[in-house]
Amino acid sequence: MTYFGDVGALARKDLLLELRARDTLPAMLLFVVATFVVFHFSLPSHSSQLAASGLLWVAIIFTALLGLGRAFVPEREQRVLDGLVLAPCDRSAIWLAKAIATLAFLVAAEVVALPVFALFFHGLSGATVAGVVLADVGICAVGTFLGAMAVATRARDLLLPLLFLPLAIPIVVGGVGASVAAAPSRYLGFLALYDVLFGVLCWATFEYVVAEAQ
Amino acid sequence: MTPVRYRIPLPALAAASLVLVSLALALVFFVAPNDVNQGFSQRIFYFHVSIAFTAYACFAVGAWKALRYLWKGDPRSDLESYVAVHQGVIFGTAVLLTGSIWAKISWGHWWLWGEDELVLFLVLFLFYCAYFMLRFSVDPGPQRANFSAVYALFGVVLIPVSFLAIRIAKSFVHPQVFTLHGPNFGGWILATYCVAQAALLVFAYTLYRVELAGKRLDLRLRELRLA
Repeated sequence: MTYFGDVGALARKDLLLELRARDTLPAMLLFVVATFVVFHFSLPSHSSQLAASGLLWVAIIFTALLGLGRAFVPEREQRVLDGLVLAPCDRSAIWLAKAIATLAFLVAAEVVALPVFALFFHGLSGATVAGVVLADVGICAVGTFLGAMAVATRARDLLLPLLFLPLAIPIVVGGVGASVAAAPSRYLGFLALYDVLFGVLCWATFEYVVAEAQ
Repeated sequence: MTPVRYRIPLPALAAASLVLVSLALALVFFVAPNDVNQGFSQRIFYFHVSIAFTAYACFAVGAWKALRYLWKGDPRSDLESYVAVHQGVIFGTAVLLTGSIWAKISWGHWWLWGEDELVLFLVLFLFYCAYFMLRFSVDPGPQRANFSAVYALFGVVLIPVSFLAIRIAKSFVHPQVFTLHGPNFGGWILATYCVAQAALLVFAYTLYRVELAGKRLDLRLRELRLA
């Protein structure tokens, strides 16, 4: 099989699993909507639209964390990763497929969450949506990578937010900038740069994360 | 047996750092002129900036050793990478402290979100604290070394990316000491800064060697106990 054939097969496996078990996506949806309601009450009434735009990004990061925390759990529990490491495919394909599957879940959650946000708070600009799309790529690339590391440690779920949040700060900066700035293009450019840099780094080093996994 | 490599002996290094640090202190407090605007308090600059540069140097060495580990698979590089990152975090804490003190005296606040360097260091500080969490929740062995090395490499990409992010996000109140046209000061100030910088780099290297020697001794002792 070609490299992309491997990636496609692995991503298809994750999507099928989710379609049948429905573990992650409903939880993400419920979480993001509940978060918006919490935000509504935690913002003082008549607070600015800018504050609400910032909260959208907090909600996205934490919803993504919820999905990312689950990403490699089936692999560990059922010891699928041993099989994948033995399989004659490039190991970075495992990361790429998982990142694509997580991206699909996150985008699916946002397809519901963004209209809900527009309804609860204020409308969405095109730049915000573009920022969300670019940020999703970076979040899933880095988050999947760190999720694979975190699930192999003793601390497990505890570790992923600690590893992920410092790396997510540039994403939040770029995303909030794209939502609120008058000229969002350079923030979008920054998000794209982040995606490319960390995408390449994750792709190149994932081999070491799953090597001697047990 | 490990291959024999020539290294500066530790006592000589310790003596050199003692001499350089004393010289730097003497220059900072007795020779360098008072700043026109900020007066005496500006002298913390010599420590703050030198410590910051030293911390970056430690993180860079940590990432370089991490790369060497992934490349050659030598477990000694893993230990060296860890010790360098550890020193970087210690110096990073000092940057946050000296920066806060300077900010309080110059601008009246302990913390300014508008100050790029401080915010960047906070991000890096959180990142490298998570490095220790990661390292100590994996059992010693190749997997721990791999995880640590990969995470240390993420750090060197995060530094410029965060710097860019903070630069485009915030207003700019940090004094810009180095510009594209070279440092905008001269004479004794530059000389004092250079000595302080050299002193801290040598001091950091001494600490690095001391910690490394201790860690190696510890490892060797464990091996002997198991044998």
